[in-house]
Amino acid sequence: MLAFPSTRLSHDKRVASFRWSRMEKRVFFRATWLPWVLLAPQLLIVAVFFFWPAGQALVQSLQQQDAFGSSVSWVGLDNFRALWNDSTYLASFQTTVVFSTLVAVLGLGCALLLAVFADRVVKGATLYKTILILPYAVAPVVSGLLWSFMFSTSIGVISWALHRLGFDWNHLLNGDHAMALVVMASVWKQISYNFLFFLAGLNAIPKSLIEAAAMDGAHPWRRFWTIQLPLLAPTTFFLLVINMVYAFFDTFAIIDSTTQGGPGKATSTLVYRVYFDGFRAMDYGGSAAQSVILMVIVIALTVVQFRYIEKKVHY
Amino acid sequence: MVERSTTRGILAHAIMILGALVVAFPIYLAFVASTHAPQELMQSPMPLLPGSHLWASYSAALNGGGQNNAAMPVARMIWVSFVITMIITVGKISISLLSAFAVVYFRFPLRQLCFWAIFITLMLPVEVRIGPTYQVVADLGMINTYAGLSIPLIASATATFLFRQFFLTVPEELVEAARVDGAGPMRFFKDILLPLSVTSMAALFVIQFIYGWNQYLWPLITATSQDMYPIGVGLKQILGTGDSAPEWNVVMATAMLAMLPPAFVVVLMQKWFVKGLVDTEK
Repeated sequence: MLAFPSTRLSHDKRVASFRWSRMEKRVFFRATWLPWVLLAPQLLIVAVFFFWPAGQALVQSLQQQDAFGSSVSWVGLDNFRALWNDSTYLASFQTTVVFSTLVAVLGLGCALLLAVFADRVVKGATLYKTILILPYAVAPVVSGLLWSFMFSTSIGVISWALHRLGFDWNHLLNGDHAMALVVMASVWKQISYNFLFFLAGLNAIPKSLIEAAAMDGAHPWRRFWTIQLPLLAPTTFFLLVINMVYAFFDTFAIIDSTTQGGPGKATSTLVYRVYFDGFRAMDYGGSAAQSVILMVIVIALTVVQFRYIEKKVHY
Repeated sequence: MVERSTTRGILAHAIMILGALVVAFPIYLAFVASTHAPQELMQSPMPLLPGSHLWASYSAALNGGGQNNAAMPVARMIWVSFVITMIITVGKISISLLSAFAVVYFRFPLRQLCFWAIFITLMLPVEVRIGPTYQVVADLGMINTYAGLSIPLIASATATFLFRQFFLTVPEELVEAARVDGAGPMRFFKDILLPLSVTSMAALFVIQFIYGWNQYLWPLITATSQDMYPIGVGLKQILGTGDSAPEWNVVMATAMLAMLPPAFVVVLMQKWFVKGLVDTEK
């Protein structure tokens, strides 16, 4: 059952032909049907629930269906053209970019600050850490609910305090307030994840580097800027991509439970539009075309991420 | 030696305490709200210390005694969430173990193609292809079933990717030793590979448990009857549509109940979970 590669040459050829092959087993089992049996469950699920729908999305994006689903016609790229000419769709593109940037920058900033200080404290570190990872366990829909409760115009504690300070908070009418609310709820939910990665990154920096800098008279602030921050660059970049993906796709529940895309379309992101157009407005063609656009965006983000992983291998 | 300064130590603690307070406050407030009677929450500002209404709120939520969830006891939602989460968690871990074993330890035609067919799913979360996936599930008659609510979410390669990475670090000598002892591939899988993978499995269990428990968009469209609502979707229904003021104490009791199981899993399995998260970069 077990076999070694027949010649050294074939092994080297594999290495040359495919990057990741360097990380392959030299020793393996040889069987004709067994690997297929092992792969069957996953391949079946992936085929039925991934490739079939993804293919459907491509096909439907080129079709137009009437509201009752009784007739379907091919319309070429009309759905995409309609989106291109739809100012509200372009606006939700812009909303998504603003929202994702805010979530990523604020989320990384707060998490980095906490991680740097968590790295310094010794006593009580476990308690702080346990509290800070709690939001990871909270469902996005619950996170949205908690934050809209605090900022509720009628009974919210924070909105009451803001009112006392002379600031009228109303995320039901003011688009900027609504955006601030979904950003806060999203950052809060994601802070645990960023914090854990930054902390792991800081732990990976050799203590001797910090000590050497300290002996040379570098103060903590200076050590942070000249040693820790540059060495955290790969972690930061990785987190940046992850946070963008998170803000794009995983925040649907937060938006649905706080603002439902409103007021107007102020917090309607691309994923929210896909759902709204497809399941509320029953525009399947338009929704499928939006799905295809989103797929292209994710693939682009993933390619960036893979580039980064390859780079990291070289270091 | 890095200097230890008292003022800096105090500053570090101050920032950590501030951070922990800000992070914990929304959860604390939800807890406080769940312990008061609805009318107590209507005053401005609402009380910031726990009240005496805890039992009433939670039993109203669990047994369906609130005005908006009379027909939707949260106990049922927790059960639905639990079943879905377990199917996703156990299903994903099992099929991923098998497929990762196949792509790492065997050579067969089209192996590279299978590998990519599985790994491309990493790229497209279900949110992106939500409409067509819904139609496929509807065509298969799986709307409002546990299978329909869970199996499409198994179609992602995160776990396969982690197990593949882990298997590649397992020393090759173990396979050679197994061969010398006359063990076949399945014997090797069961007696050597599985015991070695326990830590990875524990880490994945936490990550997938959270993933499954916190699903919202998919069940929102696939669960159309109330008795198949998982807790996230149910919570939104209990909150109501805005016609009447929600019973905040029941809503918040439900939110607390929704947070409890995943929080429990994360805190209890903190060590594995952190390791798994950082190792998989997921």
